[in-house]
Amino acid sequence: MGDQLATGSRRGLKPALPLLLPAYLWLTVAIFLPLSAMVFFSFMTDLPLAGKEWAFTLGNYAAFFSQSLYSTLLLASLRLGLEVTLWCVVVGYPAAYVLAKVLKGRSREAIFLLVILPFWSNGLVRIFSWAMVLREGGILDTALNAVLPFKINIDLMYSYPAVIIGLVHSYVPYMVLTCYLTLQAIDDSLLEAGRSLGASRLQVLKRVIIPLSMPGLIAGAALIFVPVVGSFMEPRILGGRTGTFYGTVIEDQFVAVFNWPLGAALSFILLAVVLIILALAAPVLRRAG
Amino acid sequence: MAGVQVANVSRSFGAHKALDDVSIDFPDGGFYALLGPSGSGKTTLLRQIAGFDFPDTGRIAIGGESVERVPVEKRRIGMVFQNYALFPNMSVAENVAFGLSVRGEPKATIAAEVQRALDLVQLGKLGGRRPHQLSGGQRQRVALARAIVTKPRVLLLDEPLGALDKALRVDMQIELKRIQREIGITTIFVTHDQEEALTMSDRIGILRDGRLVQEGPPEEIYDRPQSEFAATFLGDANIFRGDATGNGIRLPDGTAIAAASGASVAVGTKASCAVRPERIRISTGAATAGADIANVLKGRVSKRIFAGNNSTYFVDHDGQTLKVIVQNSGAERLAEGQPVVLSWSSESTVLIAA
Ligand SMILES: Nc1ncnc2c1ncn2[C@@H]1O[C@H](COP(=O)(O)OP(=O)(O)OP(=O)(O)O)[C@@H](O)[C@H]1O
Ligand SMILES: [Mg+2]
Repeated sequence: MGDQLATGSRRGLKPALPLLLPAYLWLTVAIFLPLSAMVFFSFMTDLPLAGKEWAFTLGNYAAFFSQSLYSTLLLASLRLGLEVTLWCVVVGYPAAYVLAKVLKGRSREAIFLLVILPFWSNGLVRIFSWAMVLREGGILDTALNAVLPFKINIDLMYSYPAVIIGLVHSYVPYMVLTCYLTLQAIDDSLLEAGRSLGASRLQVLKRVIIPLSMPGLIAGAALIFVPVVGSFMEPRILGGRTGTFYGTVIEDQFVAVFNWPLGAALSFILLAVVLIILALAAPVLRRAG
Repeated sequence: MAGVQVANVSRSFGAHKALDDVSIDFPDGGFYALLGPSGSGKTTLLRQIAGFDFPDTGRIAIGGESVERVPVEKRRIGMVFQNYALFPNMSVAENVAFGLSVRGEPKATIAAEVQRALDLVQLGKLGGRRPHQLSGGQRQRVALARAIVTKPRVLLLDEPLGALDKALRVDMQIELKRIQREIGITTIFVTHDQEEALTMSDRIGILRDGRLVQEGPPEEIYDRPQSEFAATFLGDANIFRGDATGNGIRLPDGTAIAAASGASVAVGTKASCAVRPERIRISTGAATAGADIANVLKGRVSKRIFAGNNSTYFVDHDGQTLKVIVQNSGAERLAEGQPVVLSWSSESTVLIAA
């Protein structure tokens, strides 16, 4: 499938240039310029504001390597990203499958809307709603105690699971959408062909459906993993004291400590690490797909 | 290998009856064509046999064993889909190997069987290609190889040649027939191409609006259609309508048409007669009536269509346009507007109950 797309895009790039120009202009203004400014900052001793003294330094990058705290937190964030991505696959892929292959017509549209809804709600509202659900005496605690005959204490608030739940909820729509698109494109006759050749439903899933929807799984995983590793809002609000991650430290540099150069340097180290991971994972994933 | 019995099968989608009390006995090792116009229920019937869908009422047996409770993967059928349904993530060889490998056959056996199947469809060298690197005809062969490599009891084909152009289609018809003979597998072939059905199959079943209209060997259906629909759907036919006389019908203008075969119809009731266009003789002279020429009609040529080895004449008689096909011998050609005499035997005429 991939090779077809590639051959399609090779020809006709020249006539498409005028059409691409606005997009490239926008990318330059909105991403390239601010990003270059940040690269610049990351090599400074201080912000060039209000006549402050500043000089070029590599100290901000050196800080990452001299204090083990940063790499420990980065590892914790990478683990968080991995776990959230895995949970998104576990929750999102079956949902996408049901949407694409089981439901038809109206009910599909309705469920689709429910899946996309968190996308459209404000991030903070979403997170504080989870806070209300997860805390002791909150909605989950009360509901479970109303149903169960024995008393249990549910207080997930300010814990690692709370962070996971909040992040999975925020990011699972990406997985559902990308997987839905690839699953939707799989012709039902392929599944029937598999069955007619003697494969059980499970074998068809393993040998036909999952390999064919691999591009969607990979795209979804990349879309989720990258921002989750740098996330700070969910860890801070739902994780409390346990919610210190690499992302929250970067945020601190920008909004609390006001050490933009260090924040910028830490961000670029994160970016480099994530890019290296994606580059290493790409060939492995491509072979799987 | 096994025959397939379909008994009183009905299947409705909402209020629409896609199959209405269909009973067919598909003989063991035979090549059976299911023929019918679009929406007549051909695919639906095939899907009941395959097990992708289940009848509301009726029974289906494969090799004498009822398959109501047998899921698709346990029915041991081979299916070729109209769009081929090759797995795009696998090579040609992997596609063909799929059925054997889900069964857990040893690798060496799989490799040998796959090569044999690919050789059978004359694609022995293309095992490493991906489906999208193949032509339509090659894809079709891969689909066939994939379906037969597992040694199914029944081969089901849903318009497998529909997407091919005419020349390739004829090649594939011959090929398919050769392979079917070679492995002697019970084959059910869906098509809405009547020529394909006539040339390839041992038996034909004609479906219309979910009902089985007629079934039997091709010659029998062609020579003795039991309905106007069967007569006109399988091949071309001139239909005369009138009142039954006992050995034929009488047209409204008084002409008698004699039929040697067909239904027995009570004298005086409405009935029709069918005559194939190539059975009618056309001449300008006096009617060459004789013992074997029971039927004679006068008419006027309204149009002639030249088609190389034959010509089709459209002849007007009493407000009805009749079709006559004549082999071109290089002799006289009849001009449009010319008065002619049509004649044919009673053996070429089939009586059909209204
Ligand atoms: N899943 C379904 N839901 C509702 N109606 C259906 C379904 N499958 C088939 N039908 C209807 O049943 C009838 C028979 O369909 P079927 O596909 O068997 O026709 P067909 O003879 O194969 O036609 P074609 O030559 O066009 O393929 C059609 O009217 C169709 O609309
Ligand atoms: Mg069909």
